Amino acid sequence: MLLTIRSLTKTFPGTKALDGVRFDLRAGEVHALLGENGAGKSTLIKCLTGAYRPDAGEIRLDGQPIAPRSTSEAQELGIGTVYQEVNLLPNLTVAQNLCFGREPRRFGMVSSREMKRMAQDMLSGYGIDVDVSRDLGTYSVAIQQIVAIARAVALSGKVLILDEPTASLDAREVEMLFDVVRGLRDRGLGIVFVTHFLDQVFALSDRITVLRNGCHIVTEDTAALDRVRLIEHMLGRALEDEVEHRAVDHGVAGPVKPEMLAFDAMSRRGVVEPFDLRIAKGEVVGLAGLLGSGRTESAELLFGIRGTTTGTARDEVGPVRIDSPRAAIAAGFGFAPEDRKTDGIVADLSIRENIALALQARRGWARPVSRTEQARLAETYIKRLDIRTSDAEKAVGELSGGNQQKVVLARWLAMNPRFLILDEPTRGIDVGAHAEILRLIHELTAEGMSLLVISSELDELIAVSDRVIVVRDRAHVAELTGADVTTETVVRAIADHGREEVA
Amino acid sequence: MSFALPPVLRRVAPQVVTLVAVCVLVTLFFPGFLDLRLSDGRLVGPVIDIVKRSAPVALLAIGMTLVIATKGIDLSVGTTMAITGAVAAWCLDSGLGVGPAVALAIATGLVCGLWNGGLVAIIGIQPIVATLILMTAGRGIAQLITEGRILTFNDAGFAWFGSGAILGVPVPAVIWVVTGVALALLMRRTALGLLVEAIGVNRRASAIAGVNATVLLIAVYVASGLCAAFAGIITTADIRGADANNAGLWLELDAILAVVIGGNSLLGGRFSIAASILGALIIQTIDTGILLAGFPSEYNLVIKAALVVIILVLQSPQFMAEVFFWRRFGRKNLAPDTVKEDAR
Ligand SMILES: Nc1ncnc2c1ncn2[C@@H]1O[C@H](COP(=O)(O)OP(=O)(O)OP(=O)(O)O)[C@@H](O)[C@H]1O
Ligand SMILES: [Mg+2]
Repeated sequence: MLLTIRSLTKTFPGTKALDGVRFDLRAGEVHALLGENGAGKSTLIKCLTGAYRPDAGEIRLDGQPIAPRSTSEAQELGIGTVYQEVNLLPNLTVAQNLCFGREPRRFGMVSSREMKRMAQDMLSGYGIDVDVSRDLGTYSVAIQQIVAIARAVALSGKVLILDEPTASLDAREVEMLFDVVRGLRDRGLGIVFVTHFLDQVFALSDRITVLRNGCHIVTEDTAALDRVRLIEHMLGRALEDEVEHRAVDHGVAGPVKPEMLAFDAMSRRGVVEPFDLRIAKGEVVGLAGLLGSGRTESAELLFGIRGTTTGTARDEVGPVRIDSPRAAIAAGFGFAPEDRKTDGIVADLSIRENIALALQARRGWARPVSRTEQARLAETYIKRLDIRTSDAEKAVGELSGGNQQKVVLARWLAMNPRFLILDEPTRGIDVGAHAEILRLIHELTAEGMSLLVISSELDELIAVSDRVIVVRDRAHVAELTGADVTTETVVRAIADHGREEVA
Repeated sequence: MSFALPPVLRRVAPQVVTLVAVCVLVTLFFPGFLDLRLSDGRLVGPVIDIVKRSAPVALLAIGMTLVIATKGIDLSVGTTMAITGAVAAWCLDSGLGVGPAVALAIATGLVCGLWNGGLVAIIGIQPIVATLILMTAGRGIAQLITEGRILTFNDAGFAWFGSGAILGVPVPAVIWVVTGVALALLMRRTALGLLVEAIGVNRRASAIAGVNATVLLIAVYVASGLCAAFAGIITTADIRGADANNAGLWLELDAILAVVIGGNSLLGGRFSIAASILGALIIQTIDTGILLAGFPSEYNLVIKAALVVIILVLQSPQFMAEVFFWRRFGRKNLAPDTVKEDAR
C-alpha cells in the first residue's frame, strides 16, 4: 500500500469536517474520492498536503508515518497536488510558474533560456499551444489548470492529487488530461481524483471511496459499483430524477413568449464579434462553445463588465443602458460569474453579507438592509439551495467550493432579476444540488424570469435551454431552435468550420 | 474565553487589555501616572496629556483605517497635515480670520484626498505609489505656501483648537473623539462599512455585484484627507505656527502602526475604528510613559520598538494558533478525555 490513512479527524469551529476517516491508495491506481459538497474531500486532501494539521489520526506513506507541515514538505515527500482553484502566480510567466523553486541555474544565475526549454519539455505531453514566456494570467483558466497539473506531475514522485481538476476543462481537454493521468498511473504513481462528474469517475478510476458528512462511507472497486448505488452512497438516499433529461420539450412549439430584451450588434473589438440577441420573457437561452470561444466575454458585454465597441440594448419600453454592472443591475439584470473566487465571492465576509451584497448595493449605502432582513434572506437560501454550513455567519471563504458557488447563486436569486446570466452555474456542484439547481431554473422561468445559461456540459445545457446559440472563435455562429436542439447538432455546430449556419 | 462578550467588545478586547497592561507598566515606573487634578477648570495629569497628545495620530489612524480596509494605504497624511497647517497659518497671517482659515484648511485636506483617491480609483495606480507622490511633493507645496519659513501667527481663537478646553477636556481630545464616533457611526449605521469591507476583500467581485467601488475608494481617501486636515489644524494651533518641514513628519507611519496594533489587516476587509484609536492611545502611552519613567531619551525608540514587537507578536493569529496547538497537544498527552469534553 502506497498511502494509508487511519482515523483522521479534523474539526473547524462548528464543523467536524473529518471524523475518523480511513483511506488507502495503491501504487498504480486512480482512486476517486467522492462525496457531496462539504463532505470533507478537500479537507482530507489538505491534511495530506500539509495545508491543514489534522487533530488526530495517522498518515503513512510507504509504511512510514508522515505529518507534512507545509505543501512544500509534502512535495518533497512525493505528494503533489492540483487544487480546485488554480493557485499559481498569474503575473509570473508560464515558465517561471513551472520552474518556480527549482530554476535552472548557470553560474549561479537563473538561465531564462534553459528555463524556457525546461518549461516547454514539461508541457510537451499536453498538446496545448502555449508561449511559456507569456504571463500565466493572460491564459484561460483551462490552460492555467493544465500548467498547474504539469507542475505537480513534475514535482511529485509518488502521489498525485487532483481536486476537481476538470471543473473548468472542456471535453477535449478532459480527454487529453485523462491520457496524461493514465500514463502516470501506468508509471506507478498513485493518483487521487476528486470530481463531481460521475461519468469521469467511471471512465478513469479503478477504485472509489465515498465520504459523507466527514465520515468514510464505502471503498469499492469501480467495476463493482453502478451509478445509482454510487449516488445513494453519496447522498445517503436515492435521487428521484438525477437530471430531468429533455425537460424542455424541444419538439413542440409552445405559445410564443413575448419578447423582453433585444440586443443589437453587441461587440468589442478583438474580444467578441458583433452579435444580436433576442430574449423572451421566461425563456432560457443556452450559450454553447469551447472554452475561450467568447462565451464568457459575450456575457460580460451584456452585463457591462466590459465596455462595448458597438451595440445597443432595449426592452419593451425603450433603450436600456448597460455600460456598467451597476447600470445593468438597475435594468434588472443579474450575473453569476464563472470564476467564483475572483469574480463571485467576497471571501472574508459572512454568508449573510455575501447574499445581501448585491441587494445592498442596489439600495445604496444610505438605506442599509436590516440585520433581520439579511438573516431572513440567508436562512431562506441556505435552506433552498441546501448550503452546507454551521451557520449564516460563517465566512464564505471557509465553505467548501460547491457551497461557495451556491452562495453566489443565492445573491442573484435574492435580487429577483428579470434577466439572469448564469455562467457555469453547476460547476463544482454535487449531483444532488445539481438536480436541485436545474429544477430551480425551471421554477424561475415559470415565474417569468429569462435566463442566459453558459455551460460546458452539453447535456445540462440542452436539458434547460429553449434555444441554443453556438459561439466559436469569438463569434456567434449558429442558433439552434426547436427540434434542432440536440447534442449532436450542437457538437457539430461547435466543431464545424467554414459553414455559417447549421440546420 | 467562555464568557460571552458582545461582538464589538470582543473585537477590541485585545487592544483594551494591551492598553491597560501598558498603563500598569508605566505606573510601576512612574507611580504618579494615574493622578488627575482639576486646575483652572481643566483636568490635568499624565493621562489627560496622553489623550490630548494622541490627537494627531488618532485622527490620522481613523482615516487610515478606512483606507487600509480597502486594501490601500495612505502615506500622504503627514504631508497633508503640513499643507493644511500651512494653509491655515497663511490665512491667519493674511488676516482672513479663524472661520476662513479652518474652512480653507479642511477644503485643502479634501482636495488632497480627492487627488489620492483619483489616482488610485480612476487611474489605477497602486495606493502606496499614488500616495507617495503627494507625500514627497506635498512638502514642497507646503514650503511654497509658508515661503520656506515657519509661518507663525497670533490668534487666540485659532489657538483654541490646540490648547483650549471644553468642560475641562482639551479640545484636541474632543475633536478626535467626536470624529471617531461620527465616522464609526456613519460606517456601521449605514451600509458603508459593509461596502468598504467588501471592496477591500474583493473589489472585482464587489463591482460585479453592483457596488460602486470607484466612488467608495475615492471617498475613503477623501475621509483620510479630512482627518489629516483636522490633525493639521490641531498641530498648527498647538504650536501657533506652521512648519512645512516638520509638521506631521513620519506621523503616517505611526498612524499605520496604530491601525495594525488595532488588529486591522493590511490586506483589507474587516476593520474597527475603535481598535485603531486604541492603537493610537497605546502608542502615545508608550511614548509618554518612556519619558515619564525617566529613561534616557536615547532609549526611547528602542524601548518603543521592543514593546511594539511584543504587542504584535502576542496579537498575531499564527502565534496564538501555535500556542493553542501546543497547549492542546500537551493536554492531550496528559488527559485525552478532557480534551474531548472541551471540543464540544
Ligand atoms: N478553513 C475552514 N474553516 C472552517 N470550516 C471549514 C474550513 N475549510 C472547510 N471547512 C468546512 O469543512 C467542511 C468540509 O469542507 P471541504 O472543503 O472539505 O468539502 P468538499 O468535500 O471539498 O466539498 P466540495 O465538493 O464543495 O468542494 C465544510 O462544511 C466546510 O464548511
Ligand atoms: Mg472541495
